[in-house]
Amino acid sequence: MTKARTPLLQVSNLTVGFQTGPGYRDVVRDVSFSVAGGETLAIVGESGSGKSVTSMALMQLLPRATSRITGRVEFQGTDLLTLDERRMERIRGDRISMIFQEPMTSLNPVMTIGAQIAESILMHRRIGRAQARAEALAMMDRVRIPSAAGRFDDYPHQFSGGMRQRVMIAAALACQPDLLIADEPTTALDVTIQAQVLDLIKELQAESGMGVIFITHDMGVVAEVADRTLVMYHGDVIEAGTTTQIFDAPSQTYTRALLSAVPRPGSMAGIDAPTPYPVFDIAEGRMSPPAERPDTLQADQPPLLEVKDLSKRFAIQSKLLKRVTARVHAVEGVNLTLRRGETLSIVGESGCGKSTTGKLITGLHPRDEGEVVIAGRKLDRVSAAERAHDIQMIFQDPYASLNPRLRVGEAITEPLRIHGTVPRAQEREIAAQLLDRVGLKAEMADRFPHEFSGGQRQRICVARALVMKPKVIVADEAVSALDVTMKTQVVNLMMDLQAEMGLGFLFISHDMAVVERISHRIAVMYLGQIVEIGPRAEIFGNPRHPYTRRLLSAVPVPDPARRNQRGAVPVTELKSPIRPPDYRRPAQHYTQVSPDHFILETGAESL
Amino acid sequence: MKKAFKSPPGILLLAILALAFILPLFPLPDPLAIDVDARYAGPSAAHLLGQDEYGRDLMSRLIHAMRSAIVISGGAALLAAIIGVTIGIVAGYVRGISEALSLRVMDVILCFPPLLLAMLAATLYGAGPKTLVPVLALVFVPSFTRVAHASVMTVRGQEYVDAVKLMGASAPRIIFRTILPNIAGPLFVQFSFVVVMSVVLESGLSYLGLGVLPPEPSLGMMIGSARATFADQPWLLFAPCMALVVLVLVLNAFCDHLRHVFDPRNGSGA
Repeated sequence: MTKARTPLLQVSNLTVGFQTGPGYRDVVRDVSFSVAGGETLAIVGESGSGKSVTSMALMQLLPRATSRITGRVEFQGTDLLTLDERRMERIRGDRISMIFQEPMTSLNPVMTIGAQIAESILMHRRIGRAQARAEALAMMDRVRIPSAAGRFDDYPHQFSGGMRQRVMIAAALACQPDLLIADEPTTALDVTIQAQVLDLIKELQAESGMGVIFITHDMGVVAEVADRTLVMYHGDVIEAGTTTQIFDAPSQTYTRALLSAVPRPGSMAGIDAPTPYPVFDIAEGRMSPPAERPDTLQADQPPLLEVKDLSKRFAIQSKLLKRVTARVHAVEGVNLTLRRGETLSIVGESGCGKSTTGKLITGLHPRDEGEVVIAGRKLDRVSAAERAHDIQMIFQDPYASLNPRLRVGEAITEPLRIHGTVPRAQEREIAAQLLDRVGLKAEMADRFPHEFSGGQRQRICVARALVMKPKVIVADEAVSALDVTMKTQVVNLMMDLQAEMGLGFLFISHDMAVVERISHRIAVMYLGQIVEIGPRAEIFGNPRHPYTRRLLSAVPVPDPARRNQRGAVPVTELKSPIRPPDYRRPAQHYTQVSPDHFILETGAESL
Repeated sequence: MKKAFKSPPGILLLAILALAFILPLFPLPDPLAIDVDARYAGPSAAHLLGQDEYGRDLMSRLIHAMRSAIVISGGAALLAAIIGVTIGIVAGYVRGISEALSLRVMDVILCFPPLLLAMLAATLYGAGPKTLVPVLALVFVPSFTRVAHASVMTVRGQEYVDAVKLMGASAPRIIFRTILPNIAGPLFVQFSFVVVMSVVLESGLSYLGLGVLPPEPSLGMMIGSARATFADQPWLLFAPCMALVVLVLVLNAFCDHLRHVFDPRNGSGA
């Protein structure tokens, strides 16, 4: 099936404009590239860079009435832009397929997954249902869905995120397309699952010789998969070349900014204290290294936060009699301390209990067992109003964590109004100061949250968390939803504030790159328990627990030369911490590896 | 709120309100004054829209009927909204036994057809505006409870509610200052439905003689009594029907517009 290295797809001078008022605004300008069979091209950029619009334009998925596409998109000798909707339909899903980012929403919830895979075969091939079913089953085997025949008639909600993405891939590849467009296919997945899906796409490509356009914002993923790379910024291609070239000698400051946000193993080795990201000036094309700074950790002070034997279980009840049939052991015997000026990161994959731990510590969820002591006072002894002075939280989703009906100035000072400590007249002044502190303009106070970008909103949330001058801030995936450059800026801001105010951060994240930058210490959680905890350098340099090793080995290595050195990641599902009602947790024994570095002794059962 | 009235539906509603509430302050003919000699009289200088089967002034009766329809329906909707939204929010926020109890009670009320329930109450406690308002309110409480409850359920899980909790806000503050404004949109839509439905239900009850008591004018009663003479005097039937239709349409348009205005994503918010 492998074709000669003539381009499969040749895009020349593609420009896409959307209608705004009377005219058109170009969101993609003069993009040219080609993809050959068996080749992978990565298009990298942040939200608004035009990378997804480019792929939609190729597929003619943009509304024809309100968009204007010029240029040539030559696919196997035909210009796709000249085709009408009916002829395009024959190409879509058959010759060119697409996988989307969100495996939770891109499958139809009321159709069985087998039917969804067979659907595209039935649409494009003149074959019977039985034969389509057989082909769909073969496809499910090819994407390595375990016991495919038994799961053919299951519905999407019965699958985990990683398995759903496999189903999506199976549906996309059912007709053996010549070109696959993958739009952020692994962004919503956990890192070990991401590694599995990337491996799968590479294997399938090697088998069938199709061309792949891989759209992503993650340079680590690019290094893993791409032969050639296109970097987009605000609708323009600013850099293009082989992936090795781009990684070894990036010519643009922006590309370097993207690269600096991915972890290079060892890049932080030998540095004891957390270090901010280098600062980039895109307009001037300069990159300044982070300022030298003393460590923020004040080890001699009494701990800000002590957590002892924290546990939380959620009961699963039977429908009819409300009897407890099982319990989700979300958090199991967690012990932590956090000192002044320290950042302790909690890492782990979805369902490991890291977010629940954060909510228990802030008191948002009632806990079942254990004790939380903040600044020397027990959590339950302190009223909710007083607690606000001690601990605050920054949430994951900057779109959901600001009240859409409050102007941002009011949102920032809302805690002050609740406590009535500050006269109204001063509120504006305080809001202005804080906005200025987090790098926004004071006059933005009168705007509503929807007028801000994700990164700006997250800064507003930081400002709001600061207004009570808390001692501890729990940051639950606080930068996970942000674009790379925004992420580095918010992380730098948090580190500056820590130096200034001696804050203790409990940084909950699945993003190992950020964690490596920001943490003093790291706790790795798995199935509700801390399996390993220790200083950053120890966890990254000397991981002892098998789960920590698996987690670290799944993180994409941002070095195209070392692409195939990572061992294949076994196809595993994340285990769930659902236990029978009479389950007793075996006693936890921690072994000390070095000062401050502990690992949980585990039986064979937990991995 | 000012902005809500600076729009075509707002201006129309203001016009209707002015018609119904300000015009009666001027020396209009008495809507109850009977003039048997001039029954079915056509339009004249003294009676612009003519006279009905008892020679009463049609325009004056229409205006008074619209006023009572607005007062009764608006009052009933407001009462239902206050009771229903409170129950719904508490049920959605506090959960537990209060939720189960209040929602089941609402289900029981919903089991009765609205007209039947209203007729039952009107027969038990006597017809007239004083029973009409509570009866209509009772009929529409469950719809507000349902909408408020469902909206609270979606809003309460949002991170900004958690954020306010962490600021140390009390439950009433969270309910009224954070959650209520964010569920106002669907509640306004519901309010528009309920006002319109109670206008229709009120005229229906009055048509059946269970609503506004004669000789006080009401749109439903006017339609009912004009039915007999429809063939000879179609105007007497058309006039109240048209008044009803216009009232319902304008109210609908206005409430729809209100929802748009209250959404902060459209312009500067409320």
